[in-house]
Amino acid sequence: MKVRRKPKSKLNLPTRYVLLILTGVCVLALFLSFTLNLNGGPLKTVAGYVFVPMQRGINTLGSWISDSVEGFQSKQELLAENEALQSRVDELTTELNTLRLEQYELDNLRELFELDQKYPSYEKVGARVISNDGGNWFSTFLIDKGENDGIEVDMNVIAGSGLVGIVVDVGPNYAKVRSIIDDTSSVSASTVTTADYCIVNGNLETMNEQQVIEFSNLNNEESAIEIGEQIVTSNISDKYLPGILIGYIQTLQQNANNLTCSGTITPAVDFEHLDEVLVILEKKQTAQE
Amino acid sequence: MRRKIVVLLIIIVCFLLQTTVFQALAFASISPNLLVVVVSAFGFMRGRKEGMWIGFFCGLLLDIFYGSRIGFYGLVYMYIGYLNGLFRKRFFPDDIKLPLILIAASDLACNLIVYLFQFFMRGRFQFGYYLLRIILPELVYTILVTVFLYFAILKINQKLERIEKRSARKFV
Repeated sequence: MKVRRKPKSKLNLPTRYVLLILTGVCVLALFLSFTLNLNGGPLKTVAGYVFVPMQRGINTLGSWISDSVEGFQSKQELLAENEALQSRVDELTTELNTLRLEQYELDNLRELFELDQKYPSYEKVGARVISNDGGNWFSTFLIDKGENDGIEVDMNVIAGSGLVGIVVDVGPNYAKVRSIIDDTSSVSASTVTTADYCIVNGNLETMNEQQVIEFSNLNNEESAIEIGEQIVTSNISDKYLPGILIGYIQTLQQNANNLTCSGTITPAVDFEHLDEVLVILEKKQTAQE
Repeated sequence: MRRKIVVLLIIIVCFLLQTTVFQALAFASISPNLLVVVVSAFGFMRGRKEGMWIGFFCGLLLDIFYGSRIGFYGLVYMYIGYLNGLFRKRFFPDDIKLPLILIAASDLACNLIVYLFQFFMRGRFQFGYYLLRIILPELVYTILVTVFLYFAILKINQKLERIEKRSARKFV
């Protein structure tokens, strides 16, 4: 049964010691990544070139299958949807007309004040979500664009018109994005109408239960802010560009100090069905730069 | 050599499935943990040493792509592989009870450690919620998948062992 061969020329350490050595290696790596912010280095490059193409392939196959499944949606459903959308189109057209008028007025006023456009249209690059964090604790995902496409750490990621998250790690052909619903994420934000600042925190629990995330420290002395208020990224955030929509206030409650409010926000982005995202190729300028 | 390639292939396939296909197949945003099944299964089928190395590499893979700090998952999975290896003498291929218990315990331990170090330490103290909503559902889903995945790994391992025995007989 047992085949004894001559031990090879390699030195044969007992497993216990190898375990200790590897433990040391891991602890050292943890320590290094905490102090020096090293993250993988060459390992990342190798792993990126091996796994990312495969994940991309599986994903293309998966979206092809789900597309063709969706193709069989019943006619009734489509008709109902069409009707709903039609009424929505009407609604939006009216809204658009009002907005156009207001825009015209605004342009005139801006010309008068010789103001620049407040939010320049940022340069963006589209990317595809190729895989999700393997576990159930965090909400990070990989996109199929990386250093080679000009993506850097701390760039903002959006989908549609809402904020998705921020690039936290980048390899040659992939980048890791931490979404704003991740438990460890926090974003400095402000309300649109009153420009009061608040902090938006991702929360696994509220996200799982009600599809909302938390906000806190909102200054609401005159109770001017109501449910449904838009929350955007603030101009004092050090990593997020100002004026990107985060979501809408869902619940609102006064804190015990009677000065600030906290509550929950429904994100503007559908994180369940995130397929394509846009990366803004511009980073927030901070003072030291 | 043959064994190393096959094991590497199994790890790659499970990693890819876990991060792509099973994320799409998630029930109530819970997906199973395939890598812990692989690490645990090789641990009790092949012993401490192999379990340790396979755990180390699986963990490193997760660290590189998804971990916030490199080395954390490497450490956790390595110990899971090693500890499962201690049960090798009690393992019999026909008996499904021990593998199921070991894999369940491994998944539980893995999630408890993640909770302790990455949530509890940040002041998320509602352990009951996380236990009922994340840890136990993942445990159930993982065990469900284990029933299929474990037999596949078992068969592959038995085939490998047969081939190894045959070629050993030929050359000695």
